[in-house]
Amino acid sequence: MIKGVNLLWNNVKKEDIFKMDLLRISTAGSVDDGKSTLIGRLLYDTNALTKEQEQLIEKKTAEKGLKDLDFSVITDGLIAEREQGITIDVAHIYFSTRSRKFIIADSPGHVEYTRNMVTGASNAEVSIILIDARKGLLEQSYRHYFISQLLRLGTVVFCINKMDLVDYSEDTFLQIAADVKKMVDSYEFSKPNIEIIPISSLKGDNVVNTSENTPWYQGATLNDILHSISPSNKGDRAFRMDVQQVLHVQNEEFTDFRGFSGRISSGNIKIGDTLTVLPSGKSSTVKEIRQYENVLEEAHAGDSVIISLNDEVDASRGSLLVKPEEQPEASKSLDATLVWLNEDAAHLGGRYIIQAGSRQNQVKLQQIHYLTPPENPELKLESSKLELNDIAKVELRLAQAVFLDNYRENKANGTFILIDPQTNNTCAVGFVGS
Amino acid sequence: MSTKNHIQTLENESIFIMREVAAQFDKPVLLFSGGKDSITLAHLAKKAFYPAKIPFTFMHIDTGHNFQETIDFRDELIAELGVDLIVRYVQDSIDQNKVKEETGKYASRNSLQTVTLLDAIEEFGFDACLGGARRDEEKSRAKERIFSVRDDFGQWDAKKQRPELFQILNGKINFGENVRAFPISNWTEEDVWTYILQENLKLPSIYFAHQRKLVKRDGSFLAYSDYLNIVDTDEIVEDVVRFRTVGDMTCTAALISDADTVEKVLNENKASKHSERGARIDDQRSESALEQRKKGGYF
Ligand SMILES: Nc1nc2c(ncn2[C@@H]2O[C@H](COP(=O)(O)OP(=O)(O)O)[C@@H](O)[C@H]2O)c(=O)[nH]1
Ligand SMILES: [Mg+2]
Repeated sequence: MIKGVNLLWNNVKKEDIFKMDLLRISTAGSVDDGKSTLIGRLLYDTNALTKEQEQLIEKKTAEKGLKDLDFSVITDGLIAEREQGITIDVAHIYFSTRSRKFIIADSPGHVEYTRNMVTGASNAEVSIILIDARKGLLEQSYRHYFISQLLRLGTVVFCINKMDLVDYSEDTFLQIAADVKKMVDSYEFSKPNIEIIPISSLKGDNVVNTSENTPWYQGATLNDILHSISPSNKGDRAFRMDVQQVLHVQNEEFTDFRGFSGRISSGNIKIGDTLTVLPSGKSSTVKEIRQYENVLEEAHAGDSVIISLNDEVDASRGSLLVKPEEQPEASKSLDATLVWLNEDAAHLGGRYIIQAGSRQNQVKLQQIHYLTPPENPELKLESSKLELNDIAKVELRLAQAVFLDNYRENKANGTFILIDPQTNNTCAVGFVGS
Repeated sequence: MSTKNHIQTLENESIFIMREVAAQFDKPVLLFSGGKDSITLAHLAKKAFYPAKIPFTFMHIDTGHNFQETIDFRDELIAELGVDLIVRYVQDSIDQNKVKEETGKYASRNSLQTVTLLDAIEEFGFDACLGGARRDEEKSRAKERIFSVRDDFGQWDAKKQRPELFQILNGKINFGENVRAFPISNWTEEDVWTYILQENLKLPSIYFAHQRKLVKRDGSFLAYSDYLNIVDTDEIVEDVVRFRTVGDMTCTAALISDADTVEKVLNENKASKHSERGARIDDQRSESALEQRKKGGYF
């Protein structure tokens, strides 16, 4: 076993650790396709497991009398899960190599699959979809791909797993790869970056180490691909920042400080730029951009900052800061794709709280245009209610106008959740337009 | 376009979460233990609101079995930050017969804290408790939300957790419920140490190599103290050690180490490949110890 990928930190310069970036991944696959095994393999071969985890794997493997390592003990965490031998909820797994830190959201695949995958993948930039080489594309594979593209993830990696069980057959792989390409072409979404790899999670082929069993495959390993993806650039979008709080300070050093705290969700800003506060529509110019004791010339998507303006314009939590030339449309009616996440079904006319960023508002489910079965979105089923895991095109009516973008144009300002006012539970996620 | 390294990304995210807690709740409290994770949390709170003051009261649930170095450090840091500190004592819960002191060789007050914590939450009416738990610590933590809703009894039900999507945090709660908020959910132990290095944070001295009297038990080393029930098979030794977590003196194992700087600690942790929870005797009792304690309202 080669375990040289994640060289010890003492061989790395202190500066290097501050050059690492962060990539979020989500995994998808039907039950038993090998998600847990794949993640375990990835961690094991990059030398990212602790000694305790390695010992636990060895112990469980011996207990079960298996000849290959049983990695599932690493991700199948809760007592309830072990008793039932299933994974019930999105688990987060962390590992890092010399150049990159990874966060994997592992979503279990069974009845509640859609809910879990949407949740797990919502912050991801890459989706890994597993396919069992013996079974090829299944109905679920369509669902997994559909969800990854509803979220518009930039890269989708199809891992054709269990190649060891089909004698590492090139023909089998090529056939499945052709089916994958056909599926990708059959959807209307703009094409993401697609990768297709023949792997065996159990044996370790093409996960981290290039396999000798697939000499016909010239492509990269999964690990190489995960290192070659560049984290998405939200900087070229319109500037959007939700005001989280207004901070007032009066002391010796700050005689009259007033600033809006928030995290820039997209775009860039610099001193002197004109900003418009929505919903009031009042504008002013940027006087100061602050991050703790540092005063910045400019700030970018992802930065948590405090912005002060030159004029005293009214803003509070729930306000959105934008640039005057790039304002989102104000609308009391919203066309969106909803994914229903709650056990309690939604009925036409139901009232909810919509939360987008730090903005909250009352909404009514005005119309359900149609349900979109993810395995076959062409179907467009009629319905008067939304049940757990349903994906639907809907119209929402709002008490006050919201300032959202089309998800296609701006992910960060194009999504929202619905909250059930009775239980306070998060019951749906929405994508504007889409 | 600027690219951020992983530590900057994590810091920005944590600051966002801190501000959501301040904005969405009426009476938030930051649970402060004096350990590296809560020190990181305190530092993030300072950065999140500056030039405004930290808008959280701090609270320490004191088991009475802490390292003196941690308590001294706690008091210095609290004074420096200028925040209010509430201390509630497990000893008081024992004296009021609310919990029973454990007996025997492995007696520890770690799990007794839960009752003291829940009582304090009720006493002050806190609706959100900020904690420094991280998802990489343990398997049942891997499924924890950033905003984790608890009922009156502090109970955590894995199946009833709200889905969290994108960066949208739903802090709406019903009467009697409260939220445990975990701003550094996505940090690993290594990230915390890297951040400590980057920000030049001070830590209690027990995190670094020092000479100490120890009890050798079951192959690991515990700090010698009056709180520990010493038995025949225990061996009293002295060595140079450091601690990787600062829990109770009765259940935090020491590492033989001469790492006396943050950089050396980072290196050594990476090379040793042992998890920090491996150093907590109470979590080794059973494979699912933490999950069970969490269901009962443990942090
Ligand atoms: N032969 C073979 N078996 C595999 C492979 N990957 C996973 N498995 C087995 O498939 C079963 C289900 O794997 P698991 O990782 O739990 O699937 P999950 O439900 O998607 O998490 C286990 O018995 C694994 O050992 C593989 O590449 N080859
Ligand atoms: Mg699994």
